[in-house]
Amino acid sequence: MDGVSAEDQNVYMPREGRNLNKLDFSVVFERMDELLYGVMFTLGLSIAGIFFALLIGISGVALQRSGRKIFRIPVRIFVEVIRNTPFLIQIFFLFFALPYLGVRLSPTVTAIIALSINGGAYAIEIIRGGVESIPRGQVEAGAALGLSRAQIFQDVVLVPALRAIYPALTSQFILLTLTSSVCSSISASELTHFAQRIESATFRSFEVYFTITGLYLLISWMMMTILAIFGRRLFDYPNQ
Amino acid sequence: MDKFGSPELFFLLQGLKWTLLLTLISFIGGGVIGLVIALARVSSVRIIKWFATAYIAVFQGTPLLMQLFVIFYGLALMEINVDAWVAVSLAFTAHASAFLGDIWRGTIQSLPRGQTEASNALGIGYIARMRDIVLPQAIKISLPATIGFAVQLTKGTSLAAIVGFVELARAGQIVSNLIFQPLLVYGIVGLIYFFVCWPMSIWGSAMERKLSLSTQ
Repeated sequence: MDGVSAEDQNVYMPREGRNLNKLDFSVVFERMDELLYGVMFTLGLSIAGIFFALLIGISGVALQRSGRKIFRIPVRIFVEVIRNTPFLIQIFFLFFALPYLGVRLSPTVTAIIALSINGGAYAIEIIRGGVESIPRGQVEAGAALGLSRAQIFQDVVLVPALRAIYPALTSQFILLTLTSSVCSSISASELTHFAQRIESATFRSFEVYFTITGLYLLISWMMMTILAIFGRRLFDYPNQ
Repeated sequence: MDKFGSPELFFLLQGLKWTLLLTLISFIGGGVIGLVIALARVSSVRIIKWFATAYIAVFQGTPLLMQLFVIFYGLALMEINVDAWVAVSLAFTAHASAFLGDIWRGTIQSLPRGQTEASNALGIGYIARMRDIVLPQAIKISLPATIGFAVQLTKGTSLAAIVGFVELARAGQIVSNLIFQPLLVYGIVGLIYFFVCWPMSIWGSAMERKLSLSTQ
């Protein structure tokens, strides 16, 4: 196999040379129902991903803090490997490589697993940061009051830690939603996948992707608003 | 069915060369534009500030893949015929400029306001204040986050594979399709990415520890 030179890199470059005043968004709006389905699917993928990422994050931190090396080291390796490799390679690995180990998953399931694992690794790091910010004295005070280990972890450590890191978690979860667009590369039928289908049917590449970008912007703004309201409900100190 | 041998490894390393080149170009380009964005974001002129805020919000609120597509096809639409690697570099540069701009905006704003007031009182102008007082401190504080973003950018360049640019991820896809060993090939590709990104991550967190010790 030969190497890749600069001249080899222009194979896919579109050279249609259409004029700006020939922009035509009508073909995109005609298929708005497909795009809305894609939006719903993207939201579904993201919510599932966020849920499992949070689960992985909390259990990862609980394992790390158990103080046992057999738990701590695998969690550390998991976090470092996931955070230092691209999401695209992770999803390719799950989708194309796992069947060779006898695990065959549908694109949707693969997408959810990949998003959960990726988001989970970041969630572990964020939650760990929050948990470490809890003063030791607070934990000792909990123990002195006779709370059980589980009670201390939940009420004295986890909830105050989540309160402190909620903004960081929120932006990580919005990033997860945006990352879900990469799942189109294994043809999970989310928003970007529908965009690619419309594009290949109409050749209106720019119009399609421009519209989709706007839809993603709306999704992330909507999520930001909802998560902020959610955060206030969950973590605000009770009013007197 | 072929085996994974030195030609395949060589092909992957050729892909790695493009990954690193793409990261470097967009990091430097993004750094230059990002500095302008950061300064615009903390500017006292409302319209400049508003533009920088919108620029950052759009890039942080949309997927990198879409940014890539829109810039890629937007260039074609405007009849600007450039090489694929120029188009891809432009897209990643724009992406990096928004994120670096926001990181540096944060560190500039974290500096005590009194410094600005003191330099105003001493009659130090905007350029001298930024160059000699604000930016040297801001850059130092922002280093961990900047290195963290360099890791994100390196990983992000893998999305160029989706538009067909032959960097490491795409090279891996090609080799995997050729020798039917995705487990091995994606494993190796993942390892290569890991050994590029991991040292940077370690460097970043070491820097963060050092910084938090020195400010305590």
